[in-house]
Amino acid sequence: MQPDESVLELRDGRFKIRTLQAGSGDPLLYVHGAGGLFWDPLLDALAANHRVVAPEHPGAGESQGLEYVEDLWDLVLYYNELLDHLGIDRAKVVGHSFGGMVAAELACNNPERVERLVLIAPIGLWRDDHPVPDISGMPPERLPELVFADPQGPVAAMLPRPDPNDPEALFRASMTMASVLQFIWPLPDKGLSKRLYRLKAPTLLVWGTEDKLVHPAYGEDFAAAIANARLELVEGAGHLPQLEQAERTIGLITGFLS
Amino acid sequence: MKSIFFHLMPYRDLPDDFEQRYESVWVTPPNQELCDPVKVTQYYQWNLDELELADQLGFDGLGVNEHHQNAYGFMASPNLMAAALARRTPNKSAILVLGNTLALYQPALRVAEEFAMLDCMTEGRLAAGFPVGTSMDVNRCYGVTPTETRPRFYEAHDLIIKAWTQPGPFAYNGRFNKLRYVNPWPLPLQKPHPPVWLAGGGSIETYEMAVNHDYTYNFLSFFGYQFAKKVMDTFWETADRLGADRNPYRAGFAQQICVAETDAQAEELYREHVMYFFKKCLHIPPYFMETPGYRTKRSTEFVLKSNTPAERAAAAMARDDWNALVDGGFVIAGSPDTVTERLIEACKSLRVGNLIALLQIGSMPHELTKQNITLFATEVMPRLRSLWQDEGWEHKWWPQGARQEAPAAAVAGE
Repeated sequence: MQPDESVLELRDGRFKIRTLQAGSGDPLLYVHGAGGLFWDPLLDALAANHRVVAPEHPGAGESQGLEYVEDLWDLVLYYNELLDHLGIDRAKVVGHSFGGMVAAELACNNPERVERLVLIAPIGLWRDDHPVPDISGMPPERLPELVFADPQGPVAAMLPRPDPNDPEALFRASMTMASVLQFIWPLPDKGLSKRLYRLKAPTLLVWGTEDKLVHPAYGEDFAAAIANARLELVEGAGHLPQLEQAERTIGLITGFLS
Repeated sequence: MKSIFFHLMPYRDLPDDFEQRYESVWVTPPNQELCDPVKVTQYYQWNLDELELADQLGFDGLGVNEHHQNAYGFMASPNLMAAALARRTPNKSAILVLGNTLALYQPALRVAEEFAMLDCMTEGRLAAGFPVGTSMDVNRCYGVTPTETRPRFYEAHDLIIKAWTQPGPFAYNGRFNKLRYVNPWPLPLQKPHPPVWLAGGGSIETYEMAVNHDYTYNFLSFFGYQFAKKVMDTFWETADRLGADRNPYRAGFAQQICVAETDAQAEELYREHVMYFFKKCLHIPPYFMETPGYRTKRSTEFVLKSNTPAERAAAAMARDDWNALVDGGFVIAGSPDTVTERLIEACKSLRVGNLIALLQIGSMPHELTKQNITLFATEVMPRLRSLWQDEGWEHKWWPQGARQEAPAAAVAGE
């Protein structure tokens, strides 16, 4: 499926947000991770039964408005505005990694707006026994071994990476990372654990058993803190189970949302 | 022309295989494994002795700076070093703290207080350096959010200048600094406040800030005058564009310098220590240098378009090539005549009136450092002093309480 791409303008044009949309049905908000916004098989599958809205994070890629979201509180309010703008009162929300943290914050702040919640390997908590590695503080070539169960596999090879000889591409990748780091620096614990008690939506947590970026132990912490949560571990997947074990992951998520 | 002896205070005894075994000289070199406090106790004595010697020999200024978790400079608090120097520099050199990394201090009022103390303790000899700071110090060691680096720097600058000039107490409602009562005791001795020296690594915003606020701009790199050319040309173009004059005392630059009796002797004496510096002290992975968000969009575009001197230095290192380092201007080394000639060429081509002389380099031992400082002070410095005299510029940024000219003894060549 080819999504529609458009630029949403919010708050008198201060935010210019590249957004991918496809499908019809119940509204579903997808919040992407630090790698950026891409249309992938999971979104394709979700669009079969939902009106999928996948906005790019402010400051990531081509989207603008980072300077108006100084902290997480601003960001949660911004997502409220975005849903208002789209005429969506209540949505299913799916978030991956950093996007999972944002989705969880939204669901804590606005339990009334989140009907069901899917968190794929979200960050947002901290354990000293499984510190989340500093992905900006390591050689880029180390990333695949942290992110993939099989760093030499076909999925790892397909992942888009900026061309190291293309300054423009490197610049955009750096700015995308900066727009995410703004909310998780220097450690991703920004107090979410204190707020998770407010989360009312039935929640599915999906975690690759081989996730070396955000250890599956965090899945247990999320599951214990959220009133109505289920943790599903996906064998043979790292931090991107929706790509590395697409069939199983998509099955779990679409089953939970239907 | 002002000559400033600037001390980085490096760890002089890193292991031979340091750069093979460890990730970085900065942020992560394991402290319990590598940093011996007994050695450091000795280094601090040497470092201060070397700075005090420079005062005795008639240097115009002494420079110190701030780094964190860094084996080439473990002066976590330059203010402590400046305080130690305040009472042991009878020749009244300027004390240039280049500087305090403003974004690290919360509230930044602490910098206004400590600089005011230093200005009083030195009887008005302080130059107040305000660097943005490196990504290693600001983002990685002190955990400042990269995209907040510059906003915090600008706000801290604003708060400090107001704290020094606006009658207290007053309230300050910044984004990062929220203070009901700003009323620091003491205030600086110099009025309206100590001269502000900006230290930069080539961010375009810093040039503009220096010109707009009438501060000096100091390019602190370790890659020498040839690479500084592009940066300083852009600085002067910025000055032209914003309507400032081309007073060379607006600008300073750092240069590694090794003086010996002859060119051949310079290589013999200093080669090992310079190699140590470039191989070990600049062993910093690129992913630490530029945390995403540390530079603004504008400066990132500027930097990506610039060439990287680090790559050429690294290439010279790989070949163990002293001549490449000398020819490339990374280090100015040789006999007093050679060094003088090249420094005059460098300062003229960059149009700088403040030479920040790096005379203790890497593993250079105490006795050799003293020899280098002494040869520079007696054989080179006197021949640099008159460099800008014929143009008749006034140095408006020199601390008011510092000695303004060469001391009588140094002029006599004693």
